Amino acid sequence: MEIGPILRALTRNKLGVILIALQIAFTMTVMVNAVFIINERSKAMGRPSGLDEPNMFYLSSTGFGEQFNSEVTEQDDLQLLRTMPGIVDAAPTNAIPVSGSGSSNALRLENDPTLPAVISAVYYTDDHALNTMDLNLIAGENFNSSDVLYQTASEARDYDRSVVSLAFAEALFPEEGLESVGRVFYNGDYPVQITGIVERLQTPWPNNSFVEHAMLVPLNFIGSTSTYLIRTEPGERDRLMVETEEILASNNPNRIIRGLKSMDETREETYRLDSAMATILLVVIVTLVFITSMGIVGLAVFGINRRRKQIGTRRALGASHGQILRYFMLENFFISGAGVTLGALFTIGFSIALSSLFEMPTMSWYYTPLGMVLLILIGQLAVLGPSTRAARIQPAIATRSI
Amino acid sequence: MFFYYLRLSALSYRRNPILSSLMVLAIAIGVGAYMVIFTLNYVMGGNPIPQKSDQLFHLQIDSGNPNTESDPPEQLTYIDARALIEADAAFRETPSSKISGIIEPEGDDARPFSVIGRGAAADFFTMFNVPFLYGTPWDESADRNLQQVAVITKELNERLFGGEDPSGQTLRFHSSNFQIVGVLDDWAPVPKFYDVNNNPFDGGEEIFIPWNLVAPMEFSRSGNTNCWKAPDPGREGFLNSECVWIQYWVELRDGEEEEDYLQFLNNYVAEQKEFGRMPRPMNNALFDVEEWLLKEEVLPNETKILSALAAMLLAVCLLNTIGLLLSKFLGKSGEIGVRQALGAHKGSLFMQHVIEAGFIGLLGGIIGLGVAAAGLEGIKVVLGDDLMMTDWIQLNPPVVAVTLVLAIFATIAAGFYPIWRACNVNPAIHLKTQ
Repeated sequence: MEIGPILRALTRNKLGVILIALQIAFTMTVMVNAVFIINERSKAMGRPSGLDEPNMFYLSSTGFGEQFNSEVTEQDDLQLLRTMPGIVDAAPTNAIPVSGSGSSNALRLENDPTLPAVISAVYYTDDHALNTMDLNLIAGENFNSSDVLYQTASEARDYDRSVVSLAFAEALFPEEGLESVGRVFYNGDYPVQITGIVERLQTPWPNNSFVEHAMLVPLNFIGSTSTYLIRTEPGERDRLMVETEEILASNNPNRIIRGLKSMDETREETYRLDSAMATILLVVIVTLVFITSMGIVGLAVFGINRRRKQIGTRRALGASHGQILRYFMLENFFISGAGVTLGALFTIGFSIALSSLFEMPTMSWYYTPLGMVLLILIGQLAVLGPSTRAARIQPAIATRSI
Repeated sequence: MFFYYLRLSALSYRRNPILSSLMVLAIAIGVGAYMVIFTLNYVMGGNPIPQKSDQLFHLQIDSGNPNTESDPPEQLTYIDARALIEADAAFRETPSSKISGIIEPEGDDARPFSVIGRGAAADFFTMFNVPFLYGTPWDESADRNLQQVAVITKELNERLFGGEDPSGQTLRFHSSNFQIVGVLDDWAPVPKFYDVNNNPFDGGEEIFIPWNLVAPMEFSRSGNTNCWKAPDPGREGFLNSECVWIQYWVELRDGEEEEDYLQFLNNYVAEQKEFGRMPRPMNNALFDVEEWLLKEEVLPNETKILSALAAMLLAVCLLNTIGLLLSKFLGKSGEIGVRQALGAHKGSLFMQHVIEAGFIGLLGGIIGLGVAAAGLEGIKVVLGDDLMMTDWIQLNPPVVAVTLVLAIFATIAAGFYPIWRACNVNPAIHLKTQ
């Protein structure tokens, strides 16, 4: 092993070494941090909302004019929807999970505004919500249809019970979990009893810290706009989206149907920015790896050309193909080694900056060593071509005068 | 001598086309990618109304929750907005709220449709330099007298009236008759600075009506509403509550007007405190457009992170360029030796090679513009045009200028060490025959 001569040869070409080492260091920083960001976003995008998304869609009905009666319209619509073949169930709601818009409340253990609050999304709906969303009830019971209140905006919002998500129950009553069925919490002045707990239900805002806190309440606001969430049999969604819009739009001239959208589309739109970011980062990583590889190849070719005579001499003195190949691979290994060591410092520094400036989670420990190994491998692969060509240099070159 | 050196640069390029092209490519990729991110930052973080952004202010009145440490609310309550617009204490001012409603076009076969609109005062249009295609904004008296007037966008006008001047025509909106007084010309500031609460990059509203009508006509609100204290039930309860849902902008022409207005706000809040409202310590402030965009963190974190990554990509490309330039210039040692022997001094050799580096930089910059244009189109595709406005994602003149200047100067900077090395060679060595 010719470690000594290799290192000494590198000190004679300091600039080349520095250039490649720095390129490797920057490439590693970008690559490792970008991969981490892509991973985090993918994980976030993959979180289930608790709903049977592929088979669900929703639409809104907005009434106008003197002759529009919101209560009758909503009841007729829901009855029609629930009896349509292919539709499993339909529920009125004020907001849709993962959609980006909705209502939230601050809930407390007592009627005392100085106490810390747990924030939760509130879904104003009826007893069909559990079945429509296909939620998994793991404790307690659903509402009865007699529990459901119908109120206009001028009446008090005094629902007194709620079916909540497990995460929300655990946030309010940390020691009790599933046992918290029957416990009471406060929405401002109003007490609310936990009737049932579902395993999972997300808020409309997936990027908030309280994304898993949700409450279903049996309160239906009668206003000019009603939104209906609908679940279909598998495979029937697309057909039913068209049909329900046509039927509802034509059976009542005092309202328009708008906002028809599937849950799949909703999810895609909400996460569009994350998905775009991941694509852009991927392009950046590939470009960087390509450029750095080209740089390594370039420097290797340059260095080898400069030392043709030296290589030829060594070959003439008996060095085998393998020994020449090993020499250059080892030389690249040292340069890459220096590069990834510097790169590890940059990477960790950059990652810490990202976490503190942009409130991102800190990178798991294994990303950096994996990045180092990967870049050394890439470097070795890049230099394989030129090194193989170097190994084939004829010994006869040693004796030529040019 | 400049053109002579330029010609030499072109000849030198032709002599090592592969090496030179690799350099141009490296610079093109690095500069192009960086400029894509630069464009995003420049527009999304930029000033959409530079001519008067330092005279337009959004208010901050802290009507928030005394029991928490949260930031002051970003919008105003109905009580405060009404009080301020009545007081009329600024040179120009406007409350502003996003609404939605149904338009019933004329004609039996025309189907009603829903639109997003905005309630604003007459001053809105003059404050924000909103261009008009037909007609004019309504008069201040229309605000005070609750006149049902409306201003619509060019696109809505196309849809309803075929693009003709609709001034004076009646529009049935929210089950009531409105008289159209004007049509806006193309106007889509990026970011939509006057309302950053839902999506500061969306397309903007289609119809504008006097803000004073929003509450009495019970329009559906379409923006963000935040209540730290549950409102009393009913419409009246909501309007009298501490729920915030209204943006409020003032135009103040100089420092004196700013001071006076801030004083007015302080007096107003002190008065409200005597009525038992505003339990938090007084915390009134005026934010001009740029300050408001910064405070509201309109520039997404993603663009900032991408800036750092793109800078590193550019650094890697330039490091590559240094290596390539070194190899190229060292290869020219013979020529440099001959020139020195013929009397060229170090300075002119230096100049010759700086110009050569600049030449390569310019070529790289031009191709980089192509890379940047492609990159921006790619971003438009990946973002889709249905969720936000993407028309502005393209090369514009300032960006083109920065691209070329950056490419030239970056390449020259990358070339300093290689040029210095090359020009310091001892000419005698290279004048010997091999």
